[in-house]
Amino acid sequence: MLARARAAVVAQGNLTSFLFVLPALVIFAVFYVYPFLNMVFLSFHEWRGIGPLHFIGLQNYQEIVGDRLWWNSMAHAGYITLIALTFQNALAFGLALACDREIRMKRFYRLVFFIPPVLSEVVVGLMGNWILNPGLQNGQHIGLLNHLLYSSGFPQLVNNWLGDPRTALTTIAIVHSWKGFGWGFIMLLVGLQTIDKQLYEAARVDGASAWKAFVHITVPMMLPVILVVMILTILGSMQVFVLILSMVNEGLVNHTDVPATYILTSMIGNGRFGYACAQAVIFGVILVGVSFIMKRMSDWVKRI
Amino acid sequence: MRRLLMLCCCSLLVVFSGCAQPAGPGNKLVLWHWMTDCHDTFLKLAQQYQKETGVEVTVRLLAPSDAYSRMTIAAAQANVLPDIYGILGIKAMAADFIKAGLVADLTGEMQANGGAWENSLFDKALADKRFDPDNIYGVKPGIYGVPVNLTNQQMLYNKRLLAKAGITAPPVTFDAFIKDAQALKRVGITPFVSGWGELWLLHCFATNYAFNIMGEKKVLATFRGEVKYTDPDWIKVFNVFVVLRDKGVLIDGIVTKGNKYAEQDFALERAAFAFNGSWCVNVYRNMNSDLEYGVMLPPMVSKAFPLKIWGGAGSSFMVNAVSPNKDQAIAFLKWFTAKTQQVSLAVETSTLPANKEALKESLTTVSPVLGEFFKGMDQATHPTIWPVNEDPQVMEVFDRAIQGIIIGEKTALQAARDVQKAKDHQLSKGAR
Repeated sequence: MLARARAAVVAQGNLTSFLFVLPALVIFAVFYVYPFLNMVFLSFHEWRGIGPLHFIGLQNYQEIVGDRLWWNSMAHAGYITLIALTFQNALAFGLALACDREIRMKRFYRLVFFIPPVLSEVVVGLMGNWILNPGLQNGQHIGLLNHLLYSSGFPQLVNNWLGDPRTALTTIAIVHSWKGFGWGFIMLLVGLQTIDKQLYEAARVDGASAWKAFVHITVPMMLPVILVVMILTILGSMQVFVLILSMVNEGLVNHTDVPATYILTSMIGNGRFGYACAQAVIFGVILVGVSFIMKRMSDWVKRI
Repeated sequence: MRRLLMLCCCSLLVVFSGCAQPAGPGNKLVLWHWMTDCHDTFLKLAQQYQKETGVEVTVRLLAPSDAYSRMTIAAAQANVLPDIYGILGIKAMAADFIKAGLVADLTGEMQANGGAWENSLFDKALADKRFDPDNIYGVKPGIYGVPVNLTNQQMLYNKRLLAKAGITAPPVTFDAFIKDAQALKRVGITPFVSGWGELWLLHCFATNYAFNIMGEKKVLATFRGEVKYTDPDWIKVFNVFVVLRDKGVLIDGIVTKGNKYAEQDFALERAAFAFNGSWCVNVYRNMNSDLEYGVMLPPMVSKAFPLKIWGGAGSSFMVNAVSPNKDQAIAFLKWFTAKTQQVSLAVETSTLPANKEALKESLTTVSPVLGEFFKGMDQATHPTIWPVNEDPQVMEVFDRAIQGIIIGEKTALQAARDVQKAKDHQLSKGAR
């Protein structure tokens, strides 16, 4: 009798917990699980978005394997990610280190460095377009960058930054890094502030230089945070999309294509929803794979 | 426990209430559109309609156009389209909507009372949404949309900048255009701007010259796969862009320039010529009301065939075939395309109305530039009225190849070979 009553209490407790989770579960299932499964289903079909579906098995996937432009777009996203991982994160780490010290107006700097990530990508793209405008009016450069280069005695460096295949992708990557470094800055700064200052004092007493303290205290203590920042940078940079659309519209030939823009072209431009879904599935699998590798790396670092 | 259950139910209700279909039965209509510059006028007209008939029309702006396009496709998939909406993109897309039973056939309404509604509208605008017998899309013949306004794409010239370079009249031939461009460059003026970062505008310019160089028959034969893109005439089309590049006619960064930026460049007198649609009259008026400009056909490369420009319905509305308010929606569109409302739309948005009588009246009152645009309607054609269209994937390669020419990566022959390769690929897929 007592056991039954206890079981009823436990069951009621479980039911209560389940009901608390239920709304989130339903939302997740409706807005994430169902669309994902539907996308996988559609990837096996030829479909224009409206009308009947034609089952074609793995043909879309076979086509992707041989689609040179798709793999180029992956490489472009990889290049942007590489610049973000190095330039963006180095900038974020450097500024976080600077703001972690006792400097004047450090709160102001923190605020200023966090402005770019708060801005919408469209706004950043529009600003980028204004700064990088290659045009002339009455013999004067319209774009701020070309104007500055010209007026400061470097006319040979004046360039059509977004219209030149040699510079377009790098320019986009730099603007993307400028927009994104604030997140890394905040996370790294928080990480730096959790390091016990006594460790540095002990190192100083033992005669360690600032560089040695950085290499043997700061870096090891910051590694878990650095890995998290790296994972977020990879995921954010591989999926860069709005910034590209707002800076180069439908792209500079295929030099600025990234997977997200390429999927959009397949879907809306060419009306190939099934192919676009197959691309999205492959892209998703690659991102999950990268995240998994980074997670394993993070676990490995924590162990050592 | 009961409170908790209520909380869960309320949460779910809140979540799913967002998915409700926008249109409901009764004296209420929902209209979706993408025309930012017309939105205020649409709202005014909707208010006026409510005063006159008691029917409330909710006008929802979903801009920009590509976002609108995605939204309508998603709404069609979920069967939550509004009572009145437009379909953007190629005619095949409209055909898919019709075949899915999402667009009402308006033929009966158009032809009632001796064809009063049909006859009140400009023919070339109506052609856009007309499906003839034996159309390639397999759609039941009929009229499936109502044009709201007319548009065409032509070239514009800045009178003041041309005068500064000593040019007295706009060029008629391509050679004269290149000569004028050199004169403009000598006085430090950029000759030409367009928003070719939006590929359809570049495609439109290129097909104008394809029609001029080889004629409509051969262009359409190419689409059917009977003529190759490596044909000398197509090489001439690609060569137009080689000349524009080599002679420095194009503004820097033209291949990534959005049309809004191109419009800004022309309005602010940064370039002497532009390629744009007739909607630009309203845009330029807002950007620089002192701009002195005229309209010209793109200068002809050849005298062998007439130069055709893209034109027809600027925007059209469809009636949702499964809407419970279908009849009210049709009644609203009849009212919306009647003379008085169309004149009002033309005056407030500086566009060419689709109603013939309103067109006559507004040409004299709205803007002389619009009148110049209207003259080009005789030469207007559009992919939506061609009996055959190119495969979208081939079109994509075609446009990218021209971009490649402009940025100096490709020759005309290389571009032609790339396009033909894509065409062969698509033809072989079709054969399989």
